[in-house]
Amino acid sequence: MISFTDVTKVYLGGTTAVGGLSLTAPTGKITVLVGPSGCGKTTSLRMINRMIEPTSGTIEIDGRDTASLNPNELRRGIGYVIQSGGLFPHRTILDNIATVPLLLGWDRAKARTRAHELLERVGLDPVLGKRYPNQLSGGQQQRVGVARALAADPPVMLMDEPFSAVDPVVREQLQDEFLRLQGDLDKTIVFVTHDIDEAMKLGDQVAVMRVGGVLAQLASPAKLLADPHDDFVADFLGRDRGYRALAFAEAPELPLRDEPVVLLGSTVALAAETAAGDRWVLVVDDAGAPLGWSEPERLSGLIDRDHLHRGGTVARIGGSLRAALDAALSSPSRRGVLVADDGRLVGTVRAQDVLSAIERRPAGAVA
Amino acid sequence: MNLLWTWLSNPENWQGSSGIPVRVAEHLAYSAATLFLAALVGIPLGLWIGHTGRGRVAVVNLVNGVRSVPTLGLLFAAVLVVGPLLGGDIAFLVPSIFVLVLLAIPPILAGAYAGVEGVDPGARDAARGMGMSSMEILFRVEVPCALPLIFSGLRSAALQVVATATLAASVSLGGLGRFLIDGQAYRDYGQMAGGALLVAVLAVLVDLVFAGVQRLVVSPGLSPIRSARRVRTRAQLAANPT
Repeated sequence: MISFTDVTKVYLGGTTAVGGLSLTAPTGKITVLVGPSGCGKTTSLRMINRMIEPTSGTIEIDGRDTASLNPNELRRGIGYVIQSGGLFPHRTILDNIATVPLLLGWDRAKARTRAHELLERVGLDPVLGKRYPNQLSGGQQQRVGVARALAADPPVMLMDEPFSAVDPVVREQLQDEFLRLQGDLDKTIVFVTHDIDEAMKLGDQVAVMRVGGVLAQLASPAKLLADPHDDFVADFLGRDRGYRALAFAEAPELPLRDEPVVLLGSTVALAAETAAGDRWVLVVDDAGAPLGWSEPERLSGLIDRDHLHRGGTVARIGGSLRAALDAALSSPSRRGVLVADDGRLVGTVRAQDVLSAIERRPAGAVA
Repeated sequence: MNLLWTWLSNPENWQGSSGIPVRVAEHLAYSAATLFLAALVGIPLGLWIGHTGRGRVAVVNLVNGVRSVPTLGLLFAAVLVVGPLLGGDIAFLVPSIFVLVLLAIPPILAGAYAGVEGVDPGARDAARGMGMSSMEILFRVEVPCALPLIFSGLRSAALQVVATATLAASVSLGGLGRFLIDGQAYRDYGQMAGGALLVAVLAVLVDLVFAGVQRLVVSPGLSPIRSARRVRTRAQLAANPT
């Protein structure tokens, strides 16, 4: 557990970067600090490992005042990931990852074995281990940055906008893998971002900060969306709060309909027959996974991948209400596709059924 | 051209205590001593400036000021001041090396501080955040990353020193400068041209040696050519130039 008690940072010249911050980052959880630029989120993060010394107040990690510890030893026990990756260009990927273990005095062989293990853990091909950072893509470098921070298995990780420098597709991938990794590792993580969507996606709890380093609200993402403390928080969270809040509400059992399907490669005639008067028919692969919708009356010959309508999203059974509703809203047939965990089609759901499930939740319910 | 060839191909010029091999050895000795001393001053000072960011303006201005003093004039002045205090050849050797060292320090110093200063701030920040001490950051991150520029400083200093070490002959010392000075005195233009050519060849050889050492010492990760991505981009550009 990391706790800030009345922490203030005033820079020379009198600028207050952080003003009387008190908050707790619970063990094994992700605490996201989010806010506009100048809100002191990075300063707050960097005070935890004493890259910046607080002007007043105390920061404790598991009850120990960080001010009483040797800064370098403190930092060796805390994983640190930054936006630019900060890899050492003159060292191979493996040597980069092995940095902290070697600083801690592990023997070379053990450090290298550990580095290899982490390379795979963060989803990188082991052959990359012998390369140098300038031979990797931005996304790969960020993964190495995470692996390097994890190398000595620190209980606490500090992450300063680690995914902001990569393109949106890669960012989403990195976020998903980061959550999967955290699912296995249960680190105590403090994560800084300016991206509210990232904060909502990753945070177990989210601290919204305002300029001057003042905590505006600290709550779970669902609670923030449902009940922003003031106008600043509400504005910062942005539009569509009601809809976005559904992402944190698990869908109850929804009334599913059996969906007639055709296999990819079937004749259009068979598709039309299966559709039985409906304009759209769902196409699946051999394993029963939905591929997309097809419109038989506008096609001829065999149904191939190029003819499929791909606008519809697919929701997982037991996923969120938002995903289920979105599947229904985005489907050209207005029937939302639901799949099991293994990706196979289970059935379809109508938007009105999802809406009635939403209506049935108790008023003011949060997650 | 003929005179040059006559002088170079005369076996007498390759023998004895004033032959070409001895002069080359003397020249190399002056140059090596100069570079060693200049590096001893320039590299630590440059690393310190680059690492701490302190004293940059003062030191750089001072060094550039020294650079603007004419080397030959400084050499005579130094001989006049220091010479009487010492005896024999030393009276000329010390001022000569001193002047050459002053000439060699600026590029070495500039290479060292620019190299350290140019290290990716992210790498430095990460190093600190992982718990490296200030010295560990300097020697494990900053210096290895600065090596390409440290080498370029050394190499440009070496070229200048090898070329300028000919001045030693003007105060009665040896080295390849002897051929220039003596050649002029005897109006032996073959000897002068030969001496100049030898200086040029020696400078190129010294630079090649440095280049070889640089290849061995500098991490391949710092050379842009090895970057697979950039190579691919270049190949793509070559394939479809826009």
